Formats: sequence, C-alpha cells, structure tokens
Amino acid sequence: METEWLEFLSDWFPSNPLFGLLVTWLIYWLIQQLYLRQQAAPWLHPVLWSIVLIIILLSVVKIDYEVYWSGGQILHFFLGPATVALAWPLYQHLNTIRKLWLPVLVSVSSGVLVGATSVIYLAQLLGASELTQLSLAPKSVTTPVAIAVTEQLGGLTALTAGFVIITGVVGAMFGAMIFKALGIVDQRVKGIAMGVSAHGVGTARAWQIDHTMGAFSGLAMALSAFLVAFILPPWLGILGIL
Amino acid sequence: MKLIIGVMVLITYDQVGKWLMQSLDWPIPGSVVGMMLLFISLVLLPKPPAALVQSSKFLLRHLGLLFVPAGVGIMLLYDLVADEWLAMLVSMVLSTFVSLVFTAYLMQAMIPVDGTEESDGN
Repeated sequence: METEWLEFLSDWFPSNPLFGLLVTWLIYWLIQQLYLRQQAAPWLHPVLWSIVLIIILLSVVKIDYEVYWSGGQILHFFLGPATVALAWPLYQHLNTIRKLWLPVLVSVSSGVLVGATSVIYLAQLLGASELTQLSLAPKSVTTPVAIAVTEQLGGLTALTAGFVIITGVVGAMFGAMIFKALGIVDQRVKGIAMGVSAHGVGTARAWQIDHTMGAFSGLAMALSAFLVAFILPPWLGILGIL
Repeated sequence: MKLIIGVMVLITYDQVGKWLMQSLDWPIPGSVVGMMLLFISLVLLPKPPAALVQSSKFLLRHLGLLFVPAGVGIMLLYDLVADEWLAMLVSMVLSTFVSLVFTAYLMQAMIPVDGTEESDGN
C-alpha cells in the first residue's frame, strides 16, 4: 500500500517541473509560520530546516535532485535581482556611511577578511579538503553574493549555501552572549560585528535586540556583500590560497 | 503592477552587470556590479522611485526562499559532507566567533566614543 503510493509520487513528479517550485514554497512557508510563532528563534531558521526537510522528502520519495532542480531553479534565478536589490538598504544607510565612513569601511573589510582567513586555516588544520576550504571562505556574507563568490573561487555552491545559513544561525545565537562577555555596550559596534559575521540572519536577530544595532547590522551586511567580491579573491591570492 | 516593473528594473541591472563583467572579462559577480550601479543611480536620483523600493523590499523579504533550491544541492555532496562534517562545523563556529570578536574590537577602537545621537533605527 505504502510502496504503491511512493511509486505513484515518483512517477508523477519527474514529468512535472513545477513540483520543485511548489514543494519549496510550501515547506518554506510552513516552517516560516512555525518560526514566527516562536519569536524567530535563530535555531528554527526556515532556510536551514527547509533544506533539511526537502532533502529528506526527496530521498524518501526517491526523486533525483535534477528533477527537483528543474522547478527549483525558477526561484534560484531571482537571486541575481535580489542581490541588486541590496542597493536599497545600502542607500538607506547613506547618512551613516557619510558620517562614519572610515571606521565602518575599515571594520567591515577587515572583518570579512579575518572571517574568511580564519575559517580557511581552521578547516585546513582540521583536515578538510581544499574544495571545502574554498566553499567556506565567503560564508559570512549574504547567500546570493556568497554563491557568486564561490563560483568565482572554484568552490561548491551548494556547500556554500549551507555554510552561509549555519554561520548566520551560529552568529545570531551566540552574538549577544559574546558581546556581553567582551563588555561591549555600543549598539553601533555590536551591529557592525553582527552584520559582518552573520549577514541577514544575524541582522534579523539584531533588529530584535535594538534598532540601532539592527540598522548598523544591515549596513555591515550590505557593505560586506558589496566589498567581498572585490577584496576576497585578491586577498586569497596574496595568501597563496588561490 | 509597480512590483512587476520594479522587478524588471532589478533584472535589467543584474543583466547589465553580468554583461559588463563578461565583456570586460573581470572576475567580479555581475549581480554585485548591478548592485553597485543601482546604488549609484539611487544616489544620483533626486528621489528613489517607488516601484523600485517596493520590489527591492519584496525580494529581500523573501530572500530566504530563493536560496533553498541551491542549498538542497548539498544532497549531491553526501560523501564529502559525511567525511568532513566535523571539520566544517567546528571551523565555521570558531571562525564566526573570531569574526565577531575581531570586528567588534576594531570597530570599538575606531568609532568616536559618544554615539547617543546616532540612534537612527527608523
């Protein structure tokens, strides 16, 4: 009985590319509802759990990733325009950029490089392959840009997509705790550190803590997304990694 | 309708950025160049066009949904993840801490001390 049902599903869906689109949408929406009901607890991040649940679903129903992708890519295509849309939050922070351009620019660009360098050497130390190291490098910037940078570095984009989300969740979960331990109280400082280290997921958390922190986190996220493509590849070149 | 026009403009900037990088043969992602071009346009314009603002907010609000399909691609890398998951996880967590601590200290050292009037949380 159950196997018949499974057979029906795996016969039906491959001929239907909109399946990938629908499944992604539906699962994401359901988890989003749960996530919002739990006051946006970082560990319940909808992207992370959508990926996990869809992988489980595809494995159980025995549908190939290629079949899923024929529909999923429709969403994926919009990553490019969404990246362009980051110009809007960047523009909103124009006044802050004008007033504090030097500390913000230096902190954000150094933060991005320190994050990427530390993860590469740590992964190397722990015996990860070169491909993994390269895919980890842009993990702290927002996903569409991270994916584009990984393509450029020659890493694996699917790995990067997962790394970015997990990094964001880690930063959002532990950020406040770390700032407290360091004795940092300036919301602007916290926001910049959060946006550089944990992109959109961290920024969402920052907005919950304090609006100034949220605004600065958004600024750091948009600015690091913009800078990373220009500074990371040459920097890895200098280190001899690329 | 505004939303559709706005998204079309965003797609156009994205395509122009990609085309530009391809013809110049520069290794910068086209969408990032598109972001830069749009940012410059916004600075030069007297007022940001409503359609553009609306569609940008819309896409950014649902950004999470857009990268799920790429993330599901991890299932093709099962062997790699099974072999290296611990190294991946530990290096990710530790370097996120490093990045938070380093950036916070650097920003703290560089920023003018009194920032009470900076509260611009909209």
